[in-house]
Amino acid sequence: MINISDFVEMKIPAQAEFVGVTRLTVSGIANRMGYSYDEIEDIKIALSEACTNAVNHAYKENEKGQITIGFGIYEDRLEMMVLDRGQSFDYTKVSEKLGPVDSDKSVEQLSEGGLGLFLIESLMDKVEISGEDGVVVMMTKFLHRDGVEVDADTISSSPQ
Amino acid sequence: MNLQIKQEDHENTHHLHIGGEIDAYTAPQLREALLPLTGKEGHETLVHLGDVNYMDSTGLGVFVGALKSSKEHGSSLKLTGMTSRVQRLFEITGLDEVIDIEDVKGGSK
Repeated sequence: MINISDFVEMKIPAQAEFVGVTRLTVSGIANRMGYSYDEIEDIKIALSEACTNAVNHAYKENEKGQITIGFGIYEDRLEMMVLDRGQSFDYTKVSEKLGPVDSDKSVEQLSEGGLGLFLIESLMDKVEISGEDGVVVMMTKFLHRDGVEVDADTISSSPQ
Repeated sequence: MNLQIKQEDHENTHHLHIGGEIDAYTAPQLREALLPLTGKEGHETLVHLGDVNYMDSTGLGVFVGALKSSKEHGSSLKLTGMTSRVQRLFEITGLDEVIDIEDVKGGSK
């Protein structure tokens, strides 16, 4: 079962000039949730990459379209969904269809934005892509409260 | 959501001072300013990135294009003064291995 605390949805025209607007929005959401400065910057980049991919690939040159972005705000994480067609989310249904990045169709569609997708995977904790009814990218960033970094545990300080 | 570009030319050396955000919207402006410079044989282009407060893969793409252009035309390209945030993107993608990035130790802005 999916248990959402809060959900924010926005639609933007599928044009590069509006990608910056999504950054401002997510910056506000992530700041409110308590992410660090660096994490917020990472989140902004990942969201921009996904939106830029959608702007570049979802619609033909002269076709006007929209991109839908959903923010799932949980106690322990932020989930961002970018849907390259303008329809609204059925959040539960979309989540069920999501699979790992290497599903054939979606990778083919996103490979042109290769560097962007690579950055998304580097900066986010979890990335899923669904290729049905347009492309949906779902990115998750976990919130580590108390300022404890995940990899802090793995650092050893053994003497040489 | 704007990009500022200031150009200074000293004979065959060109300085581009970049400020603001480099994303899908502003990247074409940067490309238009940069590529004519890297296309000049024997010229040197220094790109100052200290005032860039946001950059993503579209910005990286412009610099990859500029690097190709400089190799093709026998010019040189150097990036300098970038913040640790911007530098991190070059490192994650491995582009710091192929692009000449001036290491500004200590007094980074």
